[in-house]
Amino acid sequence: MAQAQSWDLRLKMKDKQTPLLLDRRAFAAGAAAMVLVAGTAGQLSAQATEPVWQQTLRSLVGDAKPIEGKVTLELPEIAENGNTVPLTVSVESPMTGTDYVKAIHVLATENPQPGVATFRFSPLSGKASAASRMRLARTQEVIALAELSDGKFLIGRRTVKVTIGGCGG
Amino acid sequence: MNKPRIKLPDAAKAGDLIEIKTLISHVMETGQRKDPDGKVIPRNIINFFSASFAGDEVFKADLQAGISANPYLSFFMKVPGPGEFEFTWVEDGGNKVVERIKLNVT
Repeated sequence: MAQAQSWDLRLKMKDKQTPLLLDRRAFAAGAAAMVLVAGTAGQLSAQATEPVWQQTLRSLVGDAKPIEGKVTLELPEIAENGNTVPLTVSVESPMTGTDYVKAIHVLATENPQPGVATFRFSPLSGKASAASRMRLARTQEVIALAELSDGKFLIGRRTVKVTIGGCGG
Repeated sequence: MNKPRIKLPDAAKAGDLIEIKTLISHVMETGQRKDPDGKVIPRNIINFFSASFAGDEVFKADLQAGISANPYLSFFMKVPGPGEFEFTWVEDGGNKVVERIKLNVT
């Protein structure tokens, strides 16, 4: 893969320097290199365009598939002031020593920095619920990802319409 | 960081599920804003909060730039018996505020 990329770079440089003198042999080599690169380029561009929140989500869940539901995100439908939006997250869980919610991660998908907070619970918590106030730069979906004691993940989503954006925007 | 405000129930019994509410005044500067000269205002947020009761961990939170100024946090605890809460707020750079409050267990 690295070899194919350097090939591509060199060809590009050559193209720049001698755009009119490109002969048929160089063109054929270039075309071959392009075919080689095309496969990996697809993957690379997918990574480059993946939103930051998705990268964050992937770093949290790894290969696991989060299950939709059982996570309640209480947020206003319309937030007039994106600087301070009340948020409550909770997960249905018995919260016993063997079956409990370890953490809830909150992500704001369209904020310049999607990370909002991670709430971590303990056997003393009694209830997997926490509340705070968050910033929302614009209308967007907020995601809550719950990490369970058995290694499973639950996910909940909620869209908030924002009238005046937060984050000093 | 100023003295935080903490709200506990006036009294609780062992086994009760109680809600704890905390508030501390802090600018929670995101690091995204610029001053009038166009220079980026460096990030300065409270990035960590923890609550323990009688020496046992109850709740922790990693806070990021998406939390509003003057961060408010509320959470729950099943009262194990009498004891004292210890709350800690940690700012970027490591400054800490620690507050201890006894829970009135009847």
